[in-house]
Amino acid sequence: MIATQKQYYFSGISIYSVRFSFWLQSLFILLLALAMFGPIVNLLIWTVTESWYFPNSLPSQWGVKYWLQVFNPYSDVSGSLLTSLLIAILTVVVCLLVSVPAGYALSKNSMPFRVFWMLLFLIPQAFPNLTVYMNIARLFYDFGLNGTLLGVVLVHSVHGLMFSIWISVAAFSSTDPMLERASRNLGAGPIYTFFHIVLPQAAPGLVASCIFVFLESLDEFTGTFFVGSPNINTLPLLLYTASMEGNYQIASITALILLAPSILFMVIIHKFMKPEMLSKLGK
Amino acid sequence: MRQMQSHNLWLVAPAALMVGIFFLYPLCFSLYSAVTLDGGGFTLTHLYKAFDLYSKDMLFTIFIVFVSVSILASLSVTIAALITLSPFRSLVGLLAFLYRLPLFIPFIVTAQMMRTFLAKNGLMNNAFIESGLLTPMETISFLGWGGIIITFVWKQMAFSTLLISGAMAALDDSQIQAARNLGASRFRVLVQIILPQITASIGIAMVLSTVTIMSVLSVPLMIGTGTPTMMTADMAFRVNSYGDYHVANALGLVSYCICGGLAYFYLRQNLKDKGAIS
Repeated sequence: MIATQKQYYFSGISIYSVRFSFWLQSLFILLLALAMFGPIVNLLIWTVTESWYFPNSLPSQWGVKYWLQVFNPYSDVSGSLLTSLLIAILTVVVCLLVSVPAGYALSKNSMPFRVFWMLLFLIPQAFPNLTVYMNIARLFYDFGLNGTLLGVVLVHSVHGLMFSIWISVAAFSSTDPMLERASRNLGAGPIYTFFHIVLPQAAPGLVASCIFVFLESLDEFTGTFFVGSPNINTLPLLLYTASMEGNYQIASITALILLAPSILFMVIIHKFMKPEMLSKLGK
Repeated sequence: MRQMQSHNLWLVAPAALMVGIFFLYPLCFSLYSAVTLDGGGFTLTHLYKAFDLYSKDMLFTIFIVFVSVSILASLSVTIAALITLSPFRSLVGLLAFLYRLPLFIPFIVTAQMMRTFLAKNGLMNNAFIESGLLTPMETISFLGWGGIIITFVWKQMAFSTLLISGAMAALDDSQIQAARNLGASRFRVLVQIILPQITASIGIAMVLSTVTIMSVLSVPLMIGTGTPTMMTADMAFRVNSYGDYHVANALGLVSYCICGGLAYFYLRQNLKDKGAIS
């Protein structure tokens, strides 16, 4: 009798402590959710606000007036959107042209100084890059590249190279070397083999690297701020100008336009990007 | 074979040239420009001037980096530990979704969100007023150092938690099981089994976060309130308003030193743990 009572007593404690930690963790998640969604909801509210002044907790006037203004064909936003997309696509092309051969070469273990090359492409992400952008702008000024599309594309490409090279090395490393050798043994030339046997196998990885480079270019602010202004006006620069002028509706709508591809990409990648995978990157 | 290797070098050359011309050359030039006169002689005047004008901002930057990285480390470890050890799987799924939310949100968008969210009349203060926690007169604007820290932590948390929970997931599960079977509490498993094995990953996440905080320009410009401000904003101001590249590059040199110093302490600590240095 005493024994069972004791047992009850202990199981009571453990049930209480489990319940307590469940509620504690739920509370933590709730707070985290508020902190994560709060700013996002605020941004969404601003996009459909017409006026929102001090004592009002929510906008005093709702409406889509600013959406019409933004999507007016003569507005700055549509122009900047086109510029941003053009720059992002050109950046992807440049990165692809440069990183496909480099990624293929670096995927071979016979490559001399392989670690050195891999580290070289890591450098643009390992230094605070503001100082570099500032000096690139000065350098470009001498060559007349400041404020040109080419200048901005070059700056974005160097920034994106790390993603495109590291991901394409991983993509080419996962191809089957036996298929390549078989193709060569059957008499195919090295170039034919590369385009018909190796490249199709690496394609999914290369597409992933393109998405990364595209997003990086679309969202890049600092480099464009120094190299592109005042002639090249991308969406992030427009967002910044609008926000500094206190035009929060235009800034929020621009932010939402920038957010759309990022969210879309996250939903796609959520399916196959696991933290376990990230820990293997570069090994 | 040797011929094939030289082929491979040609394949890497364009990418290497691009990094060399558009990154390494400007990087070296910034270091050179920080310590030379226009004529070419060696000088420390630019550094003196940078310290003279901006020493307050340097301390401010170090303070921001230190506080943000400390908060980041404790939050990321907490979330990653909950994901690894929590017995409530439904909560874990929710948490894994939540922390990844800002991963692909650009810094400039985060800055804009926070600029409106943390303001005196932002949604955060309004929510406090509506819930009765504050009266409209008690609200304060978080734009300034607090806002800068909140923005960096909000955005960087996804990345650092991803790295740390990846490291935790890669650990051998049987160790945790063994410790649990021998009666260790979950907290003790975290402190004595998990954390000692993933210090390297935590270090990498924090060094990379520091580099990010030191290179983002939009956040101090949009969330900061003038003085004191972060060194990134000072550099942009020096270049855009005065065309003074020397002092801007001297500030750049200081920011490299801050990052380099942190990386040095991390490496030293790492080697010490492995017993390489006594």
